[in-house]
Amino acid sequence: MMDHPMRMHEKIVLRVAAKFYIPMILLFALYVQFHGDFGPGGGFQAGVIFAAAYALYGLIFGLDAVQKVLPPSVAEAGSALGFLLYASVGIVSMIRGANFLDYDVLAEHASHGQHYGILLVELGVGITVASTMAAMFYALAGRWKE
Amino acid sequence: MPFPIEILLFGFLIAVGIAVILLEDLFAAAMLTGMFSLLSASLFTLMDAVDVAFTEAAVGAGISTVLILGTLALTHNQEKDPAAQPLPVLIVLLTGAALIYGTLDMPAWGDPSATIHAGEHSISRQIIAIEAEAYSAHHASADPLETGDGLASADAGGAHGADGNSEHGDSDHGDSGGHGPKAVGLPNIVTSILASYRGYDTLGETGVIFTAGVGVMLLLGTARRREEDPVVEANPMAQEEEE
Repeated sequence: MMDHPMRMHEKIVLRVAAKFYIPMILLFALYVQFHGDFGPGGGFQAGVIFAAAYALYGLIFGLDAVQKVLPPSVAEAGSALGFLLYASVGIVSMIRGANFLDYDVLAEHASHGQHYGILLVELGVGITVASTMAAMFYALAGRWKE
Repeated sequence: MPFPIEILLFGFLIAVGIAVILLEDLFAAAMLTGMFSLLSASLFTLMDAVDVAFTEAAVGAGISTVLILGTLALTHNQEKDPAAQPLPVLIVLLTGAALIYGTLDMPAWGDPSATIHAGEHSISRQIIAIEAEAYSAHHASADPLETGDGLASADAGGAHGADGNSEHGDSDHGDSGGHGPKAVGLPNIVTSILASYRGYDTLGETGVIFTAGVGVMLLLGTARRREEDPVVEANPMAQEEEE
């Protein structure tokens, strides 16, 4: 039989192992996010990994503990903010006289503009994915108490 | 002839799939679906699709296993009466047969005469051209044609990109918007395509994720809203107003 997730915090091995792993998972998510231009990865993968770290923390230490770190309101807002960040990069390039989401005009050199544009839209994807996954986890885990 | 490692991985994949069907302990089945994703990710890596493999490992083996476990905590750990019903079995078998029939028309994996590789304007040629330009943006003196290695690009690109912070070539492709591929200048061709060439698609995909999250929150409710609910119930005036 599987233990109820709300009681996993009583397991000492899980607690010690999770404390060891969670910082590394978060760091790896940031690496995947900002190194996606050069290696495999990007906003989507990074967001999922980031949310997995929060879900692990929530499973082991309880829903209340993880919601102190990332309140549900922040997760819900982030879900929309990431999408807005992505779309607003497109608006900015329109204001600067190019097509929607044409990053060439974001900086003096076209390739720098592409760098900034991709960095920003990937950040937007990452914020949306991480926040949405966390909010979905909260929505599920919030029902455990009942 | 596939490599032994691929036969091994596919064998494990089939074994895990059958085990998921046969197991009545849903906790074990949830863990095995995570293993299934990890094995799929290994196969994608063997096919040089590292970004796809990364996504499969993070989503399939990571977050969806957590979400399945979270669901199991709300329901039961044991499968209910697993009596076989004929109609769903028939539909699944027919769908599987249709999918296998569909693969018969596909070219063999890595076949150079396949549609996406053959022809002047094929996808592979375009990707090679984009890569060559991205490479030359970072190594202005290098001959672009030497980078024509093609599809196994992400690793090679990453290796070149390690020293790719030089400013060479920034000015020579800024105006090449009209004809042919335009250099984005990133070593990872997948990121270039997803975030720049296909920026609209990715914006739409982000919107899909946002919409899916909103749907889940509407169906299951949020933790915040449930805290507010008792207040509404405790206040009879508010209830009357709602009615």
